[in-house]
Amino acid sequence: MSDFDTVSADGVGRHYGRRRALTNISFTARAGDIVGLLGHNGAGKSTLLSILGTLLAASTGVVRYGGLTSDAAGASLRARIGMLGHDLFLYPELSARENLVFFGRLYDMPEAARAADAALERAGLAARADDLVSSFSRGMRQRVALERALLHGPRLLLLDEPFTGLDQASAAALVGRLREEQARGVVTVLATHDLDVVDGLLNEVVFLQGGKRVAAPASAGTLRDRYREAMHAS
Amino acid sequence: MTTAVKAQLGIAALMFAASPWVINAAPHEATMGLVYKIYFYHMPSAWMFMLGAIVAGVASARFLFAKRQASDATAVAAAELAVVFGLLALVTGPLWARKAWGVWWVWDARLTSSLMLFLIFVAYLLLRQFGGPGSEKLSAGLALFGMANVPFIYVSVNYWRTLHPKTSVVPTLPVAMGIPLWFCVCAFLLLFLALLSLRATLETHRARIDSLYLSHDEA
Amino acid sequence: MSAFFRVAALVVRKDLTVEVRSLEVVSTTLFFAVTVVLIFAFGFVKEGVPMDGVAAAILWITVAFSGTLALGRTFERERQADTLRALMLAPADRPALYAGKLVGMLLLMALVELILVPLVGLLFQAPIFRAPLRLAGLLAAGTLGFAAIGTLFAAMLVRARSRDVLLPVLLYPMTVPVMIAGVRGTAALFQPQPDAGMAQFWFALLVFFDVVFVTLALWTFEPLMTD
Repeated sequence: MSDFDTVSADGVGRHYGRRRALTNISFTARAGDIVGLLGHNGAGKSTLLSILGTLLAASTGVVRYGGLTSDAAGASLRARIGMLGHDLFLYPELSARENLVFFGRLYDMPEAARAADAALERAGLAARADDLVSSFSRGMRQRVALERALLHGPRLLLLDEPFTGLDQASAAALVGRLREEQARGVVTVLATHDLDVVDGLLNEVVFLQGGKRVAAPASAGTLRDRYREAMHAS
Repeated sequence: MTTAVKAQLGIAALMFAASPWVINAAPHEATMGLVYKIYFYHMPSAWMFMLGAIVAGVASARFLFAKRQASDATAVAAAELAVVFGLLALVTGPLWARKAWGVWWVWDARLTSSLMLFLIFVAYLLLRQFGGPGSEKLSAGLALFGMANVPFIYVSVNYWRTLHPKTSVVPTLPVAMGIPLWFCVCAFLLLFLALLSLRATLETHRARIDSLYLSHDEA
Repeated sequence: MSAFFRVAALVVRKDLTVEVRSLEVVSTTLFFAVTVVLIFAFGFVKEGVPMDGVAAAILWITVAFSGTLALGRTFERERQADTLRALMLAPADRPALYAGKLVGMLLLMALVELILVPLVGLLFQAPIFRAPLRLAGLLAAGTLGFAAIGTLFAAMLVRARSRDVLLPVLLYPMTVPVMIAGVRGTAALFQPQPDAGMAQFWFALLVFFDVVFVTLALWTFEPLMTD
């Protein structure tokens, strides 16, 4: 098993021809860290998540997962990564349980069905397990999608806008869920706009503007104030 | 432009300038008359078309599997040349056909299979043009598949129809006809090689400008 | 090796479940195929009598058209919730994912052909029961060749711009040998004096084509799908 307890980006950049999506991003996250990627739309948050998830190759720099890199490790590394994309990665024509069981089997889990039931229980959707995902509200889909990403017990959890469309109670539940995973030593990297919700949850913040990391302001204040300051300073 | 490319281009230009006289010196052919002399341009174009297709396929495979960036530049250059020379061959072919077979277009095996291969490389350029970011990889796959497809296109079209004069005609041509033919093949080959390296260099320069632009942006 | 088949079977089962539930691709593709055949009828039926030897061509062109439509829809579905990325993220063997999608396509096209062949036989008076096994063999081998290239191209075009236009633009020139072999082989069976040897030759060519391109697609899927 290719496990790791740190994830570090070292000068990671990605460009398409002349268009730069991401420039020289570096950070290190250890087991139990929750890293926030903050920035406007198009700042490169999703690109960075795709690179961390090995779906996209970096044009410059390298991502290290413990002692491994993405080209060296391949499938065994992907087995340790869980990702929740902006588009949720669920088949709307399948039920919540079928989605989870399908992905569980794809990850070669011996007891995929039981794991799926437990995940639905955690998501508070056991009663609607056999309803099609297309009949779910955005919040419910989001919960299933998160459990899908966590199903195989990943070491690295990547979340793209996990709070979008969640009401206050569901957002609080999601924060609680992330803290549970944090206690289990999962490295979480999440991109979000919901600054008030994640205030106090993040161990490290990466402010992104135009694909570049901008310095975090020294002042202590709410995350929203610091975000505003960081975006204005540059 | 390197001196080698300049020299190639210069010699090719001289040879092309001289080619009307060389071709004129070839003996007159009884049944075809003057028109048969188009053959001296048609066949070299068709060969360069094939060469372009092969170079594009091999370079694409290297780009895809060995991840050599420079091979991508070669592949585009070769694909574009394949389209240019393919077009030349496809235009000069019917000119010959009009005289030899009495119609502009015949569903002859070699003409048809050339047209099919030509279409694959036009599709390659369309994909690069309109595919958006990341289309280099996709088009490399296309070129590789196109090259693997050549024997299938050839065999299937061949069994479907055959009219074309056999290639084996060439070595048995009288020397007086063979010399102008090989002269033209050399001229076309020089032109092909010069254009290939020019176009590939252009592509490499473009990539370098992009990276300069990127590093300037970073500073 | 068993992991390969396990993953491929998983993908096939998932695709079938989705399709059985929505029937979207099957119903639209079937309807489209029937329409195409009817449109051909207006071109090739003169004075109420179909022209000689057009049945084979109409059959294969319709297979290619409706196959393109089905390929586009199938992969559009994987794009909607970005599930193709989720599949690529799984630690499964990536060529196995390709194989799964390919088998799903084949089943779908087989179903369409099951309706299409009798329809062409009926409308164009083609003797489809004269050599049913040979005809089935030609269709199976031709569809495999078409779908093998089509599945790979549709999968790689998922992240390209203008993907809807580019799929037929790339696919048709590449599958010309399949079309020629399919049409000629089938025509050899349909003509008044059927020519079994000719049909055999085209069938062999198709099988050879399948072997080369399925291998090539399995081999290039991984590098083509990583960005």
